[in-house]
Amino acid sequence: MIETKEIVKTFGENEVLKGISAEFKPGKNNLIIGGSGSGKTTLLKCIVGLHEPTKGDVFFDGANFTDMHFRERVPIRKEIGMLFQNSALFDSMSVEENIMFPLNLFTDMSKSEKQDRANFCLKRVNLEGKGKLHPSELSGGMKKRVGIARAISMQPKYLFVDEPNSGLDPLTSILIDHLISDLTQEYNTTTVVVTHDMNSVMGIGDHIIFLHDGQKWWEGSNKEITHTDNQQLNEFVFASPFMKAAREKL
Amino acid sequence: MFHSLGRYLLLLRLSFRKPEKFSVYWAEVMREMVSEGIGSLGIIVIISLFIGAVATIQTAFQLVSDFIPKTVVGGITRDSTILEFSPTICALVLAGRIGSSIASQIGTMRVTEQIDALEIMGVNAPGFLIAPKIISGITMIPVLVVVSVILGLSGGYLACAASKEVSTADYLAGLTDGFNPLIVTVCAVKSIVFGFLINSICAYQGFYTAGGALEVGQAATRGVVYSCIMILFADLVISRVLL
Repeated sequence: MIETKEIVKTFGENEVLKGISAEFKPGKNNLIIGGSGSGKTTLLKCIVGLHEPTKGDVFFDGANFTDMHFRERVPIRKEIGMLFQNSALFDSMSVEENIMFPLNLFTDMSKSEKQDRANFCLKRVNLEGKGKLHPSELSGGMKKRVGIARAISMQPKYLFVDEPNSGLDPLTSILIDHLISDLTQEYNTTTVVVTHDMNSVMGIGDHIIFLHDGQKWWEGSNKEITHTDNQQLNEFVFASPFMKAAREKL
Repeated sequence: MFHSLGRYLLLLRLSFRKPEKFSVYWAEVMREMVSEGIGSLGIIVIISLFIGAVATIQTAFQLVSDFIPKTVVGGITRDSTILEFSPTICALVLAGRIGSSIASQIGTMRVTEQIDALEIMGVNAPGFLIAPKIISGITMIPVLVVVSVILGLSGGYLACAASKEVSTADYLAGLTDGFNPLIVTVCAVKSIVFGFLINSICAYQGFYTAGGALEVGQAATRGVVYSCIMILFADLVISRVLL
């Protein structure tokens, strides 16, 4: 389980996160949603240690991650898989080299074992036989799937996903969402997804946190989100005419 | 300025932390050595031949006197090539070729979150990205300078053979007359220092890039400009201290 306690993050005078406390449970798709500039990605970066919180703490299974030094964080980092908004694949490496990269650095696996693991991960994301390609030869959706394959190569306990659907067509978005959800169930990972895509929210949102203006305004599941009387959340969720029409039918 | 200097020194300290796995880092060092060494060989061959030839022709032109032996041309060409032309001009050219590539490569990795991805995995990103480049720079740039010296002196020989103002025999005699081994030491020190400066300054500029494509370009430009200035400054200091 991941826990944040009173996370505050400021950039100069600008207070982006204003004391956010939340729990993210294993085996569930934990979604952080909110409008642009609400602090979703900043919260995610504070959790994974890319930003140091100005105040507050982050706990991974009870261990205070915020207080740890670089070396102390390494064992936890080895259990983290992350999919970035733009996939962040290493351009100079092929697809399978990208997937094998953490295995090369942190395991004593033989070359054939690493190759088998890379092939397994590629098969898991339906990209069998694409290992020799380079990131520049892949479509946006394929890059995301390779990013997921790299993230799961070390069999992570914690999976972080930043805007998995950005720049993807609706069909590929749904495919990525289901892949994330299936992996969460399969490995019982604590999955944290930052998104503003309502299809993801309704499709895989087991546990949703709504951020507005750097604060947590609402928490619940996708079943509860359509019946809330929270004004900011309603404005966000039902911003599109399609969602408004859907609510009227509910 | 002091903020940047402090950040640069801290980045260097981080770069030389104990690697997570030596074999992976070693592979990176080899890759960088091929890229910097073999990749720069072509431009070094061309500029060295021309510099040597031009230095010889101009020295011969300035020493037109019956009182000055023609062998002096070879001696002056040798000293100026070993002491200044090969290390300094090669370093300035390599700052453009290697430096801009390093700054833009690391800068692009920063803005496309590839460095974040390394950090998330628990990899010491400065160590993985910068240390192999610095090691490659302080080993391959001296090798390139040695190649440059040989080709520069060969260029001078070709110029003598072509122009006939100085005979090739006089030129070759001049190359060996009054040779002081100290100039080789100075040349070696300069090339190692220049290799370090080019790689570390450009890597620093790339590593702290923030923004997008525009900022990556600006970081590459800054890296090359600062490297060139520091090369000239270091050239002055080394010459003053060692000669």
